[in-house]
Amino acid sequence: MELVPLREGFMLAGVLFALGLIGMLVRRNLIFTLMSIEVMLNAAGLAFVVAGARWGQPDGQVIFLFILAMAATEVSVGLALALELYRQYKSLDTDVISRMKG
Amino acid sequence: MTIVFYVAGAVAILSTALMITRLHAVHALLYLIVSLLAVSVVFYTLGAPFIAALEVIVYAGAIMVLFVFVVMLLNLGERAAQAERALLKPSMWAGPSVLAVILVGEFLYLLAKSSGGSSGTAMMGPREVGASLFGPYLIGVELASILLLGGLVGAYHLGSRNPSNPEVR
Repeated sequence: MELVPLREGFMLAGVLFALGLIGMLVRRNLIFTLMSIEVMLNAAGLAFVVAGARWGQPDGQVIFLFILAMAATEVSVGLALALELYRQYKSLDTDVISRMKG
Repeated sequence: MTIVFYVAGAVAILSTALMITRLHAVHALLYLIVSLLAVSVVFYTLGAPFIAALEVIVYAGAIMVLFVFVVMLLNLGERAAQAERALLKPSMWAGPSVLAVILVGEFLYLLAKSSGGSSGTAMMGPREVGASLFGPYLIGVELASILLLGGLVGAYHLGSRNPSNPEVR
C-alpha cells in the first residue's frame, strides 16, 4: 500500500487550472474560451478526487460527478450561445462581440 | 503506480500547454482530448476507476463530440476542402498521436501489472461512490437533475429559430 502522492496531485491540478486560466485570458476565440473553462473545471475536479483518495472517502468522487454534470450543462448552453452569436456577427472573436449593446 | 501517475501528469500538462497555443480549433481539440485521457489515467492511479471511466465517457466522449460538431459546423463553406486537406497532413496529428501512444503504453503496463494481483492503492469503486451519492448527497443529485433540465431547455431555446421574426437568421 503506497501512499497517494498528495502534493504532486494538487500541484498537477494547480498547473492545469493555471493553464486553463491563461488560455481563457489570452485567447480571443469563443471556442478556445469554452475549452479553457473545461480544462479549469477538470482541474478542480482533479483536486477533489486527489483529496478524496488521500483520506479514503468517496466524497471527492461524488463532488466530481456534480462538477461533471455542471460542465456538461455549461458546455451545451455555451456552444448554443456561440452558434447564435456566430449567426448574428459572423465571427467568434470576443472583441467583436463586445460591441454588443443591451 | 507512482511512475504511471507522473508520466500521465506530464502528458496532461504538455498536451494542455500545446492546446492553448494552437491556432486552429481542431488541433486544439485533439490536444484537449489527449489531456482529458491523461487525467483519466491519473484518476485510475489515484484509485478512482469509476471516475476514470466517466471522464473518458462524458468528457472525452460526449462533451468533445459537442465541440467537434460545433467546430465542423462553423467551418462550412469554400474553405472546408482546404481545411480537410490540412487536417490530413501528418504534422497535424503526429503530436497528439505520440502523446496518446504514451497513454496506451501506460494502459498496457497497468493491465499487465494488475493481472498478477490487486493493485497498490486502495480502490474506491462504483459501490462506495453510489452508496455515498444516493445516501447523504441525494439532494445534490436532485439539484443536478434540475440543472440538467434547465440546460436542456436553455440549449433548445437558443438553438431554435425565433418564429416571430424569421428574417433573423
